[in-house]
Amino acid sequence: MKYKSLGILTAIAAVATFSVASAGTLENVKKKDLLTCGVSTGLPGFSDPDKNKKWTGLDADYCKAVAAAVLGDANKVKFVPLTAKERFTALQSGEIDILSRNTTWTQTRDTSLGLNFAGVTYYDGQGFMVSKKLGVKSAKELSGAAVCIQAGTTTELNLADYFRFNNMKYKSVVYDTSDQTIKGFEAGRCDMLTSDQSQLYALMTKLKDPASAMVLPEIISKEPLGPVVRQGDDVWFNINKWTLNALINAEEMGITSQNINEKKSSKDPSVMRFVGKSKNLGKKISLDNSWAVNIIAQVGNYGEIFERNVGKNTPLKIARGLNALWNKGGIMYAPPMR
Amino acid sequence: MSQPGVGILINFNLGINLSEDFASRGVPASKPPPWNDPFIRSMFFQVIAVLLLGYCFYSIFDNTLTNMEKRGITTGFSFLSEEAGFGILMSLIEYDETYSYGRTFFVGLLNTAVVAACGIILATSIGFIIGIARLSNNWLIAKLATIYIEIFRNIPLLLQIIFWQIAVLQTLPGPRQSLRIGDAFFLNNRGVFLPDPKFGKEFIFVISAFLISLISAYIFKIWAKRTQEKTGRQYPVVYVSLGLIIGLPTIIFFLVGMPLTWEYAKLERFSFSGGANIIPEFISLLWALTMYTAAFIAEIVRSGILAVDHGQTEAARSLGLRNSLTLRLVVIPQALRVIIPPLTSQYLNLTKNSSLATAIGYPDLVSVFMGTTLNQTGQAVEIVAMTMAVYLTFSLVISMFMNWYNKRVSLVER
Repeated sequence: MKYKSLGILTAIAAVATFSVASAGTLENVKKKDLLTCGVSTGLPGFSDPDKNKKWTGLDADYCKAVAAAVLGDANKVKFVPLTAKERFTALQSGEIDILSRNTTWTQTRDTSLGLNFAGVTYYDGQGFMVSKKLGVKSAKELSGAAVCIQAGTTTELNLADYFRFNNMKYKSVVYDTSDQTIKGFEAGRCDMLTSDQSQLYALMTKLKDPASAMVLPEIISKEPLGPVVRQGDDVWFNINKWTLNALINAEEMGITSQNINEKKSSKDPSVMRFVGKSKNLGKKISLDNSWAVNIIAQVGNYGEIFERNVGKNTPLKIARGLNALWNKGGIMYAPPMR
Repeated sequence: MSQPGVGILINFNLGINLSEDFASRGVPASKPPPWNDPFIRSMFFQVIAVLLLGYCFYSIFDNTLTNMEKRGITTGFSFLSEEAGFGILMSLIEYDETYSYGRTFFVGLLNTAVVAACGIILATSIGFIIGIARLSNNWLIAKLATIYIEIFRNIPLLLQIIFWQIAVLQTLPGPRQSLRIGDAFFLNNRGVFLPDPKFGKEFIFVISAFLISLISAYIFKIWAKRTQEKTGRQYPVVYVSLGLIIGLPTIIFFLVGMPLTWEYAKLERFSFSGGANIIPEFISLLWALTMYTAAFIAEIVRSGILAVDHGQTEAARSLGLRNSLTLRLVVIPQALRVIIPPLTSQYLNLTKNSSLATAIGYPDLVSVFMGTTLNQTGQAVEIVAMTMAVYLTFSLVISMFMNWYNKRVSLVER
């Protein structure tokens, strides 16, 4: 008995001395023939299961685009719902391949968590939602209010900064999921709810009476949201970066899911590079040359994704604003594909 | 009189016997070689086992550090002194956004401790009452106690916590429509608002008077017990102690000029400010923990009382003791021996269950430190380790106390 337990100990010691090699995410994804993507626990417009339990939304579509580029099939994605608190650990530990979950790009997150942000899929800013019957017109009137807020977000810090700077008091009621924050708001536990503005519009659609609440005009922070990958896997990082760039460039070049087949025979040099007719751009990021065509044919370009999920004809009714292309009054800009 | 003598005699004899034993065996003619000496051999293997175990832990620790460094994840405890920058709903110590992450640890720790301590006291009181009620001769009381126990111990605690939270929030009015007693007490969906006592400098005399009367009451109790044992005369210990503990501080309080003012909660634009606020999350968490644990404690109490042989009660009655005295002096002291060990695990459960607070937004250690602080710093390994250490320490302290108490009440065999 004693010797047996000694043996087990030695075995544990031996296993423990193996170091975890930083594996190539691309090979893993190809081997499994499946992309594992971390999303939110349900945020309309960004990542939310629809009636048929299929994940939809801007963040979900980004993962589908990566799956189309890497595996040639946008449906080969397994979505893992995560709370704000769980998300970074899930990515660090390798449970997911990409975190695409309305995550704000900050210096601390980029530099101290062992993660890299692949770009910005949505330029957002933090706002406040209040009940109309309070009669509040500006965030400056909110001193002494109780605030419903989601744990583990940049909003928690921005809120504290904003109130402290303006010499106002507040009480933060912190919940795990955004769903709980809206329920707390509806039950009257707090006077206002704060989050990224896009989320406020999304959460408003979950209220029993969406017209009873309003979003205040103030935006108190910069919230660039984007997909995140593990640091130290440059191949995978490049694939994610350029998938996003391809989505934005396609919109700029007027390539859509409707006309992608005609564009394949285009004589425009930049379009020829895009569809893989020249320059072998796909090979340079360890993918097939038809990667960009697969993305656009199966998921659409950035503009299509935006309008489909959060745009004017959706319940969220968000205008392009900052998220319009750089030559159309916004700041969406992608480096050229050449 | 003869007792100590016997003890010494026995010891003396033992001593003789032992030395004789050694003497008769004597020193072996040839010592076995060290590798055959059972003592040395067993020591050797145990040292090896400890070393291997140590190496095992070291390499796990070292590997974690190396791998985290390789992946660019920051490690170490220096984050504890950085500014936290986020607000916490409830804090027993002074706290605002400018305090450090280390401070958030203590804020969370105290919030956990206060809900666990209140829960233990309340659950024990309610549990004892329900447990005794279930044994009552009154049919209705016994059945009501049974129904209570069967309902509350059979529904998962998390559901109960969420249920009470919804019940509290949905049934209470908003701050403007508060339920109120005069201008002092308010109840609404932001919790209970009470007047906050502000103590003057002279209040220290009142506290000293309280401590002095506490000590003198204790001394009086011992004196009364000794006198009773010697002469059989009984003194009204309870009344005298109560008089001392309440009377003396009250007199001093008036003598030094009532150094106590109350700060009342005032309704402002959104809610009340000032005063003392008990948040609804605390109330629902405490209530759920109490109701749930009390159901288990009630059953433990019942088993303890039933474990006392009926002959004990009959013997006490034949001595002419009243029912209440029988319960207090004969049954409960013996029942406690059976009750305390399982009661300890209920206390431990309650403390650990308080971590479910995070489900309703009560800022306990798990919610504040393992939630927000972990997320803002990203230092999961350090923070989870610290949080585990806290729960381990809480549990060990509770068990140590309960073991000490268990020894105290255990049957002294004469």
